[in-house]
Parts: sequence; structure tokens; C-alpha cells
Amino acid sequence: MTATTLAHSVVEPSGRSKGIAGTVIVVYAVISMVPLVWIFLTAFKSPSDSIAYPPKIVFHPTLDGTCNLFTTISRQTADYISSLPPPMNVCDRIARARNMVVAGPSNFVPRFLNSLIIAFGSTALSVVLGVTAAYAFSRFRVPAKDDLLFFILSTRMMPPIAVAIPIYLMYRELGLSDTHLGMILLYSAVNVSLAVWLLKGFIDEIPREYEEAALVDGYTRLQAFRKVVLPQATTGIVATAIFCLIFAWNEYAFATLLTSGQAQTAPPFIPIIIGEGGQDWPAVAAATTLFLVPILVFTVLLRKNLLRGITFGAVRK
Amino acid sequence: MAEVVFEGVSKRFARTQAVADLSLTVRDGEFLVLLGPTGAGKTTTLRLVAGLEAPDAGRLRMEGRDITGEPPSTRDVAFVFQQYSLYPHLSVYDNLAFPLRSPARRIPEDQVRARVTEIARLLHLQEKLDNRATRLSGGQMQRVAIGRALVRRPAIFLMDEPLSSLDAKLRAEMRVELKRIHRELGATILYVTHDQTEAMTMATRIGVLEHGRLVQLGSPREIYEDPINIHVATRLGSPSVNLMPRQLFPSVRVPEGAVTIGVRTEHVRIRKSANGAAVGRVRWIEHLGDQSHLHVTVADTDVITLADPHADLAVGDEVAIEMVAPLFFDASGERVRPGGNGR
Repeated sequence: MTATTLAHSVVEPSGRSKGIAGTVIVVYAVISMVPLVWIFLTAFKSPSDSIAYPPKIVFHPTLDGTCNLFTTISRQTADYISSLPPPMNVCDRIARARNMVVAGPSNFVPRFLNSLIIAFGSTALSVVLGVTAAYAFSRFRVPAKDDLLFFILSTRMMPPIAVAIPIYLMYRELGLSDTHLGMILLYSAVNVSLAVWLLKGFIDEIPREYEEAALVDGYTRLQAFRKVVLPQATTGIVATAIFCLIFAWNEYAFATLLTSGQAQTAPPFIPIIIGEGGQDWPAVAAATTLFLVPILVFTVLLRKNLLRGITFGAVRK
Repeated sequence: MAEVVFEGVSKRFARTQAVADLSLTVRDGEFLVLLGPTGAGKTTTLRLVAGLEAPDAGRLRMEGRDITGEPPSTRDVAFVFQQYSLYPHLSVYDNLAFPLRSPARRIPEDQVRARVTEIARLLHLQEKLDNRATRLSGGQMQRVAIGRALVRRPAIFLMDEPLSSLDAKLRAEMRVELKRIHRELGATILYVTHDQTEAMTMATRIGVLEHGRLVQLGSPREIYEDPINIHVATRLGSPSVNLMPRQLFPSVRVPEGAVTIGVRTEHVRIRKSANGAAVGRVRWIEHLGDQSHLHVTVADTDVITLADPHADLAVGDEVAIEMVAPLFFDASGERVRPGGNGR
């Protein structure tokens, strides 16, 4: 250790290359942040500001978009409005200023809940199936193991939407159209191949000796799996879960095709939020902003695991 | 503690015969070391006892009970792996407690604590109990691995080169430690190594394995002094036993059939030559402090001897060689003894 303080380490990057790397990262971050910032700002613009040209950087922030997102409003006569009791909340007040009243909540909250149920449900299912299958592939003598693994991966080789029509017809026959279960099964089917492959890599890295030690120490195979393998695979499981969640959360095409009411998720719902005189961009932007939150929270909470998960296996410890 | 008996046990992996028709009794309370090069079937032998491998043929008995088909968890053995195999997600305490917390055992937590504390004291690990298992030095990790075996008082300890990844100093310490544990607990230990020093210093008996076969079994002294073939002779002793063609020493009387003479370094006497029997030339002197190794060339063969560091010898000196207790081997490498065939 003293050597590094005396001489410059060979593997440590120089100050200059660190500076260049830092600049690149900052520029990249800014470029990828701009659309997000734009959406975030648009969420607080009035409908006319949101489509103003040239675009407004400085504007008077309003909650119009947010209110339109969460409520449905209807036009009423000025007489009727003046006969009502004073506005109960900010959305009421905004609506009445435009000769409207809040008729009730919009469908956004149920759609958002659908998204949460389906995305987290399918993630849980994919990871459970993935980790058990990966363990079996990693540890047991499975006949035609390589062929099976290739087959599992091959399900990802075509764009999933290529099978949209057969799945649509199948789901209609089975009564799975527009159900939570149907969407959870569908997303799991897509994700499980990713999960098996990712997790097999992680489990391969866990030396068998740990399980053998546990077997000799008086544990059964299943107990050893639970007490020894799972805790050590946490990193891989977390990384896999995040990937699965992001796919299921963002999926648009199948959701549009297979869900319309009951089980409709947020992605097909958000773009069709219609306000007065066409697309209600501030409401869409507000929905998009809120839509980012769960993934953001999930990823930030598990950030440490994710980073180690993605780079895991690259360097043998 | 218990006796473990191999009855004609064989195990084959694809193309290699790992263990061939092994019959062996590990006596109760014995420290039996299996010695052999890489690939001799040592580790497989241990794994067969543990139940991590199933034999293709033969039976295994422990305390008279047939354990051949039993799963590892019910065999009551403890295994110390070469790579420690400490559970990296657990603390040292939890690693040591792990075998006791097996659902099959159901030991109350206060007894677990008492046992772990006792073993930690024995292995000088009290200070480290709260550390993550991965935050230890190699020696400490190995002590935890051994401790994890000790907490249980199993019927037999199986140790697979447990000291091989330690540095020389620690290895020497751990040898003493293991021997002490063996004595204090009266444990039955089946220990595998390719390190002859470990075998010589710790073993009650040594079994020499070669290509999955038990070649010779005996006390360290027997194996060292009375090897049955060249292979066993070269396994023990450092520097290795000198092997020389019989023709180099025409004056030495040898039994019939002997083509190779083996002589250990400490059994070679060197004199400055005047009219000696075999004549060699000192090629190189290794000074080791307390002693010297003399490399002497006889014809084309290098002979290594032990010599007093103060001996009046220099490189290039002509020397006469005299052998004490030479070993004779026939063309196939088997031992031939003076005064007729066999013992």
C-alpha cells in the first residue's frame, strides 16, 4: 500500500484521462436528461404554453395538466357554476375558471395500478421461474442442456410483436384478453428467457463447494439452495428483476393490442389523454413524469446491487 | 468418532479411473493421510466418504453400518475443503454456527452459542466472530473452515489439502494446530495432501495413492525407510531420493535383478577422493545455513547429498561416494531386497 503513495500506480488512470472521462459523462448525462427535463417542465405548463413556438423556457407554472390527468371535467353554464358551493380543491378552481366542473376522477389511477400489478407480478414470476431453472441448468445433469438453453434464448430472437396476432387470437379463446393474469403470463414468457440466462451466469459463479459444504453440514439440497445459493445470488436476482421490471413496465405494443379497459396499463393509456381541442400535452407530460417514478425508486433503492450485478463476472475475485 | 471401512470401492469419471478397488480401514482415532500427486484419486476418496460422490462398486461402512447409499446430510462427517468454502454472506459466528443450525439437528440457540464460543476460543477466533467471513486473512479463513468442522464432533473429519493455500509459516503453525486438535479431541481424521511434510509430521499412518490405487499403507517411518517401489520412494524426502543406474557403482553388491539404486540424501557419505570406489565431481553447493546440499556428478548422473556446511569441499573437487542403506529397484520400479525375493 505504501508503494502507491510513493509512486504513481500503473493501473490508476491519470488526472487528465479522469478529466476527459468526467467531461464525457457529464455531456452524455446532459444530453439524455434534456428530454426528461422538457417533459417535467411541460407537465407544469398551460396547454397553450406547451405548444407555443418558439418553445417557452420561462413560463407561468400551473397545475392544469396534473388536474386534467387525474379528473374528468365537463362544460357547464356560468349560471350553474355560480350556483355551486365554493371550489373544494385546486382542480375544481382551475376547471371553474374555464367554465368547467370536475365530473369525477379519471382512469389514470386504475391504469397506473394495473401497470404496477402487471409489471411487478410478471417480474416476480419471471425471477422465481428464472432462478429455479437457472439453478437446475447450472447444477444438474439436464439432458440436452445446451439445446434447451439455446431454445430458451431463441424465443427472444424474433421481435415479440411478430407473434401478436396468434397471441391475440389465443388470448381471446382462452379468455385471457384484458386480464391481469393474461398480461402477467405474457410478460413473464418474454422475460423468463432473459432471467434464465442472466441468472445462470450468476449461479455458475457461485462455487459448488458452498452447497457441498452445506450438504455435508446436514442440509438437504433445497435447504442448501435457500440458505446458501439464494443469498449469494441476490445481486444477480436484483439485476435480473430490474431488467424484467423495466421491460414489463414500458411494454406498449402488446398492452395496446390486448388490453382496453379492465387490465389496461399506463403506456397505452397515456398517449390518448385528450383535452379540449386535441391532445392534452401537459396532462401527457404529467402522466409520463409520474410513470417514471416507480422504476426510478426501485432502481435507486437497489442501485448498489445493480451496478455490481451488471459488472459481475467481468472480473474474477 | 468412528472407524470407516472401504470395501473394494471404485469410482470412474468418463475416461479416468479415479479410485480403483480401494480397500482401506481408517481406524478409530487415527490421523490417516492419503498422499499422492494431483489426479491420484485422493479428493474423490474423501468425497466418496462424504457422500458427495457415489461409488460405482464396493461398499463403505462407518461404525459397521453400511453408508454406501446414504445422503451426505445423514452421514455425520465433516469436510474441510481446499478452498475453505466459507459462506461469504455470513459472519464468522454464523459460519461456525451453520452446521449446528441445520434443520435436521434442531439444537437450541444457547447451546449453539456455547459450542461456537468454545471452538472460537480453541482456534483463537474470539475477536473475529462478528467479522464477515470474507474479511479475514487466509490463515483465519482456514481456521474458520476447520472450526466449522469441529463444532459438530462428527464421526470422521475429512480434510482436502486444507493447508495448501497458506504461506509456509502459517502452514507450519497449522500443522501443529491440527495435530494438537487430533490429540485433544481424539478425532478420526482422513486427510488428503500432496505435501510430504504434512504427511510425515501429522500422520498416524500414510496411504500412498497412485492412479486411484492404494500402493502402500504404513507408518510414516515405514513408508520413508521401506518403500515398496520407486514411486513411493520418490514421494517422500526432500530433496528427492537419488536414483542411479546400477552400472555406476560396479563395486556395490546388489541383489539379483536390481537395475536402479536409490539412496536418500542423508545416506550418501562424501569423502575427498584419493582412491575411492565411485568417483564424482562436485558441481554445485547449495548453502542452506544449517546444512548444505552438495550436487555431485557421477558420470552423467546428478547425486544430491547432505553435507556439513563447514566441510572442506569446493566446486570442482573430486569426491568418493559411499552409500548407507541403499534401496534397490528392478526394471519395473519394484523394490528388490538383498537375500532373496520379497521381504
